Amino acid sequence: MKQRIFTTLGVEKIAKNTYDIRLSGDTQGIDRPGQFVNIALEGLYLRRPISVCDVEGENLRLIFKAVGRGTEKLAAAAPGTKFDVLTGLGNGYDLSLAGDSPVLIGGGAGLPPMYLLARELIALGKKVTVIAGFNSADEIFLTDDLAALGARVIVCTADGSVGTRGFVTNALEALSGTYTHVYTCGPEPMLKAVWRTCDTDGQFSFEERMGCGFGACMGCTCETITGHKRICREGPVLRKGEIKW
Amino acid sequence: MVDTSVSLCGMELTNPVIPASGTYGFGYEFADLYDINILGSIALKGTTAAPRYGNPTPRIAECPDGLLNAVGLQNPGADAVLSHELPELAKCYSKPVLANVSGFSVSEYTECAEKLSAHPMVGAIELNISCPNVHGGGMSFGTDPRAAAEVTGAVKRVSAKPVIVKLTPNVTDIREIARACEAAGADGLCLINTLLGMRLDLRRRKPILANTTGGLSGPAVFPVAVRAVYQVYEAVRIPLIGVGGVSSAEDVIEMMLAGATAVEVGAANMVEPFACRDIINSLPETMEKYRVERLRDIIGGAHE
Repeated sequence: MKQRIFTTLGVEKIAKNTYDIRLSGDTQGIDRPGQFVNIALEGLYLRRPISVCDVEGENLRLIFKAVGRGTEKLAAAAPGTKFDVLTGLGNGYDLSLAGDSPVLIGGGAGLPPMYLLARELIALGKKVTVIAGFNSADEIFLTDDLAALGARVIVCTADGSVGTRGFVTNALEALSGTYTHVYTCGPEPMLKAVWRTCDTDGQFSFEERMGCGFGACMGCTCETITGHKRICREGPVLRKGEIKW
Repeated sequence: MVDTSVSLCGMELTNPVIPASGTYGFGYEFADLYDINILGSIALKGTTAAPRYGNPTPRIAECPDGLLNAVGLQNPGADAVLSHELPELAKCYSKPVLANVSGFSVSEYTECAEKLSAHPMVGAIELNISCPNVHGGGMSFGTDPRAAAEVTGAVKRVSAKPVIVKLTPNVTDIREIARACEAAGADGLCLINTLLGMRLDLRRRKPILANTTGGLSGPAVFPVAVRAVYQVYEAVRIPLIGVGGVSSAEDVIEMMLAGATAVEVGAANMVEPFACRDIINSLPETMEKYRVERLRDIIGGAHE
């Protein structure tokens, strides 16, 4: 973990309630896809944990849904606004388990970390498939960027307005036998459905209300097969075999 | 050159700043961030005789200038603290620590306190009779003077180290509990634990916390803590640790003027991982600003 000051380069609304913020600062604390940063916001006591979408040199990209006072404040940040950020939090995804053709599954606000993950896996020569799940057409984001990386992108919408009608698990079932590992992030019901559906090992990224975000307060502990884990420290990524539903 | 040292229940502290129990784990994880030997001492994560998972999540809810927590005393149990946590801490910390002890019965308190107090790293027991997040224990001992005296006396009899009793502000008159603990043999008092509170989720129309209620901490409670320390300082003769919303060197001085010998920093560690380091570093210049040469000289200075 590092504490650094980041400067806002710009914020863009890219879908319904969904914002893409570009920040500039020392990103050296971030060493794996699937990690998060914890941002101090003026007037709010707790920092706000946001998953890393992409990081390259000094540039940090975060995509988030504005759902409350903190994320609304972040969405309204003017260029030049400075933020106190704790970087490199959480364990992140283990790339060594990917095999030749991993499938990455992101549901809604769980999709952003799949971008850096896909980019790094493709750089390792992996054949990457991304299943992106949304409720409806107006919520879709990041799918063109993922395709531009060279990933095969399958879009699912619950209402059928774009792509495959239904849930990400419908698309995953159709891929049965063709993938080597599952990486996923999204709402817990989706994670559970993926956990039941996938026929390989996998890594699942969880979300929880956090106090500190770096392991001090035990605010986000969950029970696993292998003992108590802090979502912010030993997580947010858990292996398929250790998850207790 | 100012003097920040204080003496607390036989422990000589280089400064009065102590991270509060439950906001600093068992200390060693912060050693990756800065040299934790600069701390006056460390109040360890609340420990019970047996391991505890604690409450279901969500355990955290934000509030104006603070937060509610309902962790519920998650800890690995006294034996694991002795065999794993304290040896880990010994690798990066060389001063006496406060072992925070909790329980659900007098015998659980004494079992845990007896074990932990025997460890050479433990300088004192911090007896937690004030946790608002567990049922049938914790705070129920701290809201009744007779129960508070009973558990204090029992722990005093088995503890190899001084016993500092941590009090709850969720009472009609905290002085009454303080006097009962002093009469039962407490060597010091620590105040205050969190204030019982609650927040609702408007979308679900239900409490945010799975435990329904939680303990409020952070700058929001600082005035309550200063008031409690000020009142109890006049009611007892044993030393006090002031805790509740302390976030700056000014807050440390204010708490000491109210009557605290040492000061714990809690919620601030959770939003600012370097909080204790920054407070300790700014103590000398803040002392100079308020013309304090020896910090120990201002303890209770607001009472004349």
